[in-house]
Amino acid sequence: MIQFDRVSKRYPNGKDALSKVSFTLPAGQLTFLTGHSGAGKSTLLKLIMMLERPTQGQVLIDNQNLNGFGNRQIPLLRRKIGMVHQNHQLLFDRTVFDNVALPLIIAGYARSDIGKRVRAALDKVGLLDKEKLNPIMLSGGEQQRVGIARAVVNKPPLLLADEPTGNLDPALSEEIMDLFKDFARVGVAVLIATHDLSLIARYNHRLLTLREGRLIHDGDEGGHHGS
Amino acid sequence: MAANKGPRNATPIKANRQKPERVRRVAGAHSARTSLQDRFRSWRQHHQDSFKDALQRLNAARTSSAMTILVIAIALALPAGLAVLLDNARAITRGWDGNAHLSVFMEMNISEQRQRDLARDWQGLDNISRTEVITREQALAEFKALSGFGDVLEALPDNPLPPLIVVYPDETDPVTLRALENRLAEADGVDLVQLDVEWVRRLHALIELGERLISALTLALAAAVVLVVVNTIRLAIESRREEIVVVKIVGGTDGFVRRPFLYSGFCFGFAGGATAVILVQVALWWLGGPIDELLALYNSEESLTSMAASSLIILPAFSGILGLLGAWLAVGRHLGDIEPNF
Repeated sequence: MIQFDRVSKRYPNGKDALSKVSFTLPAGQLTFLTGHSGAGKSTLLKLIMMLERPTQGQVLIDNQNLNGFGNRQIPLLRRKIGMVHQNHQLLFDRTVFDNVALPLIIAGYARSDIGKRVRAALDKVGLLDKEKLNPIMLSGGEQQRVGIARAVVNKPPLLLADEPTGNLDPALSEEIMDLFKDFARVGVAVLIATHDLSLIARYNHRLLTLREGRLIHDGDEGGHHGS
Repeated sequence: MAANKGPRNATPIKANRQKPERVRRVAGAHSARTSLQDRFRSWRQHHQDSFKDALQRLNAARTSSAMTILVIAIALALPAGLAVLLDNARAITRGWDGNAHLSVFMEMNISEQRQRDLARDWQGLDNISRTEVITREQALAEFKALSGFGDVLEALPDNPLPPLIVVYPDETDPVTLRALENRLAEADGVDLVQLDVEWVRRLHALIELGERLISALTLALAAAVVLVVVNTIRLAIESRREEIVVVKIVGGTDGFVRRPFLYSGFCFGFAGGATAVILVQVALWWLGGPIDELLALYNSEESLTSMAASSLIILPAFSGILGLLGAWLAVGRHLGDIEPNF
């Protein structure tokens, strides 16, 4: 689903955010991405979202080389990617329903279809009864679940999460992780960027570790200290 | 149970049979591939939504919207109102060209019979449609009646006014008139020929100048309208920064992001233009009485005409386009600055 081939990113200020990073994420796999602040996690996610372009190497999503994408194709790429943010990025001037419906409206789904899909997504995250509320009235965990519902409502083949459990207690984090595992089980490639090592330790998933822009570890959680 | 299950299951199967293609299409829409028809429908839907959204936002921030709309309205009402007045001036003076005539003053000692003969002869000349004889006595009587100096004239030993033949040309272009003037001046017994169209021409030149001034004013104030909208939309973009970020992250095209702001700009412009129409109409109604009175004093049968019916549409539409342009500029300038980040 995602393929990085010797990808380097140097910002205009001369900082090397990523150096020759290569890995492949298959569909249906849940993978953690970790590393200290400034190790390149955000840059890696930005390259997938085409918020940045690589200086060298190539990124392939769904077997399409992003280097060949023009700016006009970026929105179409992003519709294939569900993105979950640490701060939820919800809009507080509209209801939960309208927040979740946004990707569908943008992608041009029929009105009648939107209602069904939004409710299915809200049902999946257990918030079906909250659709008419403003997200500001929800707890942090609920807000994060609305963010997840929005990310998956158009059934993207790829789900990215940036510190999705950053502000949540362990019990809520576990709920969120269970959702991500469910999505991986139905074939979605899930990439979770986090520096919550206890979270990573609790699950035995593949782990990519970045340090100063280099991929220093790629394997399951147990081999973390090995390589 | 079984009896219940039967009909319940039957419904979806029947539905599937009726529209199998549609179901498949929707199911295949995962990767953002929707049919052309669906896309057109959603595009139209988004236009409707954007328009509704623009109106709602206008209404939500009523005071500041009203300020913006009034600024636009005043900026447009000024040239529009002046243009209406100028149109009126032009309509009134159009008739005056037809009254152009040459006053041919004869020498004092010419006889009344000679004067009438000359007038009759001239009537046959080229470019003259008719002539009118005003004898010294007629001139004196008319002067007494109109000038109010009757008593002074009584005191004079004899009539100081010369005999006059008024010549009405059938052409009013300057070259013809000038030639006619020269020809008559050389005729026997003629003292002086006076062309009475100069002041009309001066007036026309003034109107021409007024038109140019209004054009310049319109241009300057149209630019002001655009700038007002640019600023308003810039603030709107700034206040909706979060929304724009989210829309971009979930795959909204630039067009999708731009559309609500373009509608806002158009609405501001259109509402401003419509308000300008009202302002002009009120001002004309206010000025109508005195102007009609003034016109009556100049023996004109014209009265103040209001804006043309077409202007009632054209002004708001024109203003709407200015608003659209302003929004376009603001969006082009500021939307690119807002990119998602994490």
